[in-house]
Amino acid sequence: MSSFQTASSAAAPPSASRRGLAALALVAALLPLVLANAYTYDVAILVGLNAITCVGLNILIGYAGQISLGHAGFFGLGAYGSAILASRYGVPVPLALLISVMGVGALAWLIGRPILRLRGHYLAMGTLGMGVIASVVLATEDRVTGGPDGMAVPPMSLLGFVVSGEKTWYWIVAAALIAAVWLAQNLIESPRGRALRALHGSEVGASALGIDPARHKLGAFVLSAVFAAVSGALTAHYSGFITPGKASFLHSIELVTMVVFGGMASTFGAVVGAAVLTTLPQLLTVLKEYEMVTLGAVMMLTMIVMPAGLVPTLEKVLAVTRRKSV
Amino acid sequence: MLLRAENLSKSFGGVAALQDVALELEPGMVHAIIGPNGAGKTTLLNLLSGVYRPDNGRIFFDDEEMTGAPHDFSAAGIGRTFQNLQVFFNMSALENVMAGRWQHERCSLAAALLRLPALARGERRSREAAYELLELVGLSRWADHASNALPYGALKRLEIARALGAKPKLLLLDEPAAGLNPTETRDIDRLIREVAARGITVVLVEHNMKLVMEVSEHVVVLDYGRKLAEGAPRSVSDDPRVIEAYLGCSA
Repeated sequence: MSSFQTASSAAAPPSASRRGLAALALVAALLPLVLANAYTYDVAILVGLNAITCVGLNILIGYAGQISLGHAGFFGLGAYGSAILASRYGVPVPLALLISVMGVGALAWLIGRPILRLRGHYLAMGTLGMGVIASVVLATEDRVTGGPDGMAVPPMSLLGFVVSGEKTWYWIVAAALIAAVWLAQNLIESPRGRALRALHGSEVGASALGIDPARHKLGAFVLSAVFAAVSGALTAHYSGFITPGKASFLHSIELVTMVVFGGMASTFGAVVGAAVLTTLPQLLTVLKEYEMVTLGAVMMLTMIVMPAGLVPTLEKVLAVTRRKSV
Repeated sequence: MLLRAENLSKSFGGVAALQDVALELEPGMVHAIIGPNGAGKTTLLNLLSGVYRPDNGRIFFDDEEMTGAPHDFSAAGIGRTFQNLQVFFNMSALENVMAGRWQHERCSLAAALLRLPALARGERRSREAAYELLELVGLSRWADHASNALPYGALKRLEIARALGAKPKLLLLDEPAAGLNPTETRDIDRLIREVAARGITVVLVEHNMKLVMEVSEHVVVLDYGRKLAEGAPRSVSDDPRVIEAYLGCSA
């Protein structure tokens, strides 16, 4: 899809990416100092969970250049899979989470093989259909999933302790997010990440260098689905309740918007995009009926002024000012 | 023979782009494929690199029959550049060349995700090797520039450096001098000789006859999808059939 071609976003050199990871860890470590109550903790956890999905989705959209409008489906399946295994079959939660995530990965592999033959708008339609099917199945199979009303999800216990309370969950999600960013950056800075980006630049050019497009696209697709499933399963056990809305088309669009807003082909852009678009609606509630209008206006303005997204644009501005000051 | 093709045919919606073309490429030589527009030169190159599948005929490379997708052809040792550039504009010049080295540094998804130590060591080696190739094509000062900042002539050479990154035995160049000024064309001339001197067999599809006559040792002339003549550059350029194909009247 031509609109998903980024002009020039070289992968950050390893040193820059290590600094970014350190900065993220620092923010995560210091954030509790300003998080005043359970509500602000809840928002921070939500940011982290969305960011995990977006970091994965960015590998597919931003780096491999393949669109998906159905990733909320993987998020939802990961959530329900873990919830159902834990509540109906009594599987211990960490194990249920693992099985669910692996199941979603296998499903993504199966779906990805045919669907990734599509390109551009057709791929968008195909993945959209995939997401719709997932959310319809979750809403209608009410004997297993509880239907449109959702289902209660048992809490997670680790090493014999039940994980509860926003503060504990905050650290778990923070650790998961840092791990997700670390994994994603490792991939992008590896030969395999370069192959993915090459594929985005020119599929025929990449294949003439021995890069098998189908294989690499599938790898990125499965990986991004796994990230979404991890986030979904953690969300389910954190909130204790899950509805099919989490797998809806609207949620898929939200996720893509976060990736584009933060800046495609930038892992930290995905994190920032998730952070801004998760917290902004919360902050804007003070505007009451003008909330959605303002949110829309902020997003439109940002994309007009910074079409490459927040983080890549700010990086460019920083690079220019640094060059001037030297 | 490094490459042998037997009665290759390819048509597109009833238009026979290539009919019954046989080709033999001796190793270590610079071969040129010439012919008027629409003669089937690029089609032939696309067949030899696996981009198209022939309707009929077979291709043997290193005595192995070639089938499959472009990445299989590349793995066998056939590299190429493109007439309409296929540079990775989302990457720096150096990263383009490093991407060319994929087959020599391929790694599993798990190894990449966990940044296994061997990977980090390989990365430095890869960077140096890619830089050397940029030096070879005269682009080392552009190494860390975004490739979309490079001028057109430089992009042509960047594609050659990238293709060399894959260490091909056979390099197919699709109109490397098209759109270049005389100075840039001389750079390409020098570069082709340099590549050939490294023992890489070159196939050159080119309209610039001066370049073809200077660098190639074996010329194949195509016309309306058929092989019209072949041989040493001089004998081909003196061939009345070739002159007629180009000028449109009997000599």
